[in-house]
Amino acid sequence: MRREPKPPAGQPPAAPLKTRRSLLGRLALGLGLVALAELAWVVTSFLRPRTRSAGEDHGGLVVAGAVEDFAPGSVTAFPNGRFHLVHLPEGGFLALSATCTHLGCTVPWDETTQRFACPCHASLFDLHGEVESPPAPRPLDLYPVRVENGVVTVDTRSPLRRSRFDRSQVVDS
Amino acid sequence: MSGRVTGCGRRVGIGRSPAYNARWGERVERDADHQDHAGASLLRRVWRSAFPGRGIPRTDRDRALATRNTALLHLRPVRLPARTLRWTHTFGLGGSSLVLFTFLVASGALMMLLYQPTAGGAHLSVTAIEKEVVFGPLVRGVHYWSANLLVLVLLAHVARVFLTGGYHGPRQFNWVIGVSLLLLVLAASFTGYLLPWDQLSYWAVTISTGMLQYVPAVGPTLARVLKGGTELGTETLVVFYTLHTTVLPTTLVVLMAFHFWRVRKVDGVVVPPPRPEEVGGQPEKVLFLPHLLGREAAQAAVVLALVLWLAALFGAPLGPPANPGMSPNPAKAPWYFSGFQELLVHVHPVLAVVVIPLAGLFAALLLPYLTVDDEPAGAWFLSRRGRRLAAVAALTAATLTPALVALDELLGSGSAGAPGWLRGGLLPLVVLVAAVAAGYRLARTRFGATTNEAVQAVVVLLAVALAALTLIGVYFRGEGMALTWPWRA
Repeated sequence: MRREPKPPAGQPPAAPLKTRRSLLGRLALGLGLVALAELAWVVTSFLRPRTRSAGEDHGGLVVAGAVEDFAPGSVTAFPNGRFHLVHLPEGGFLALSATCTHLGCTVPWDETTQRFACPCHASLFDLHGEVESPPAPRPLDLYPVRVENGVVTVDTRSPLRRSRFDRSQVVDS
Repeated sequence: MSGRVTGCGRRVGIGRSPAYNARWGERVERDADHQDHAGASLLRRVWRSAFPGRGIPRTDRDRALATRNTALLHLRPVRLPARTLRWTHTFGLGGSSLVLFTFLVASGALMMLLYQPTAGGAHLSVTAIEKEVVFGPLVRGVHYWSANLLVLVLLAHVARVFLTGGYHGPRQFNWVIGVSLLLLVLAASFTGYLLPWDQLSYWAVTISTGMLQYVPAVGPTLARVLKGGTELGTETLVVFYTLHTTVLPTTLVVLMAFHFWRVRKVDGVVVPPPRPEEVGGQPEKVLFLPHLLGREAAQAAVVLALVLWLAALFGAPLGPPANPGMSPNPAKAPWYFSGFQELLVHVHPVLAVVVIPLAGLFAALLLPYLTVDDEPAGAWFLSRRGRRLAAVAALTAATLTPALVALDELLGSGSAGAPGWLRGGLLPLVVLVAAVAAGYRLARTRFGATTNEAVQAVVVLLAVALAALTLIGVYFRGEGMALTWPWRA
């Protein structure tokens, strides 16, 4: 058994620097913190939102229709799919999310003024989804479009953010 | 063992000291009427075992004993300072909020029997309560009006505690608990707002959670956790319903118990200073029974009457079912968030959604620890000078806020002005901080205010400003969030 060094006579005993007790104490604290971290991980994993199962109209692949169904320069609303299918006058398709990028309201297309006008705080977007009037901070999100065998399909699984319109975003028919 | 047993179980007679017998002996005689002998009827014996008390107390001593020995009353003080009974001291706001809370629990529990927390069934089940259930509209009305009154009463209660200085000294932590309670009640109100699943609630929650997106880093994740996904749906309803009916009420009850306990531990509410005619000596104490209990019961009855009257006359609103494809114009947040929504129109989202609310929360929680403890408290507005300063601050905020809103309206591009982070973020923040600091300095130097009086003035300034913003947001914003007259909004 190892004895602690005896202090010089006449002085109070010196406090031990490191004992088994202090080591075990520190070990317990460390393990306790690890346990706490594990608990935090378990709780957040439980609470994390699951990806919702795709419905027929939204959250999956939406078959919009045949290419001929959409005249050039037309904007067709898909309310259940939460997007607008734009057939640009110069050709090509854009699937714009109908969710306003400001606070989440649904933006309808205004045929007379030829722009998307959000009813909540009057954000305005043009045919390409770019911001014409604030308070929206960025253009409308895009959904990937595929044109195969003359059929237009829109992938509504996850919207794509962009800072501005680019010709490369258009899918040619 | 010899000796008689008194009505409260004490043995008297042989084996006890003379002093003991002298004190308790007399009770034996009085208790004789209440003792149960074999001749007592079954009904009497059952009643006496459930309620072993001495009946309705008629003497002061009996009243004191009743307070101690009754389950419902034993947490209350037996005696309390007479000066705190003054109605204009507290207006019974704390007690009224507890009463409103019990109405909410009762009406809520009744509706839980009928409500369905699904996107398909929510509106239908609420319509059923409204159209088919006997007294359904009344229950809904009680719930709706109790909820709105509760938020108002709580804000008034916070104001009262603040303005009477009831957050110093041993009451510091109780203030912190109180602020937490307020936040939980707002959360409960917000989660309940979505449950009818009509156009109003769907879009109010859409934009309120939309505001969360602007919180840096954690915002989008926080919004997704709250919504149970990327959009509002049944998952959202289930999350909100669970929070609203289980998590929040339980937490509220626990915290309230703690809150009331802390009030008891400091011997009640902060004591107002004596009126000129009362000066001298210790505050006179009166019995809880009947002086405080009587007042509390009377106020509870008035609150009940008011809620029932409002519920019967106006009921709870129910709009058309939620339509994700069509946002109403305008789409407004619940009124207690309107102030921040109004702020959003003028300043950068991060300032309106993150910086200002967080700063406000921090200041509110730390308030008791940032003020001086040993200045006198208990009087409304602390002193005559405090009253004057508060009036000046309130007037300034009440005139300056609408003026600034109107100015921003003229200068900016109307309600569609999207401020960048410099003009809309940094600039207003700097101006706000400078105004607060200047106001504080002005109060201290020109008015000669004490620290607490100056802090009070600054808080009144900011509170009235937020109230003005809330009023503007609720009554003066119409289509497209443009400024309109209230009768058109």
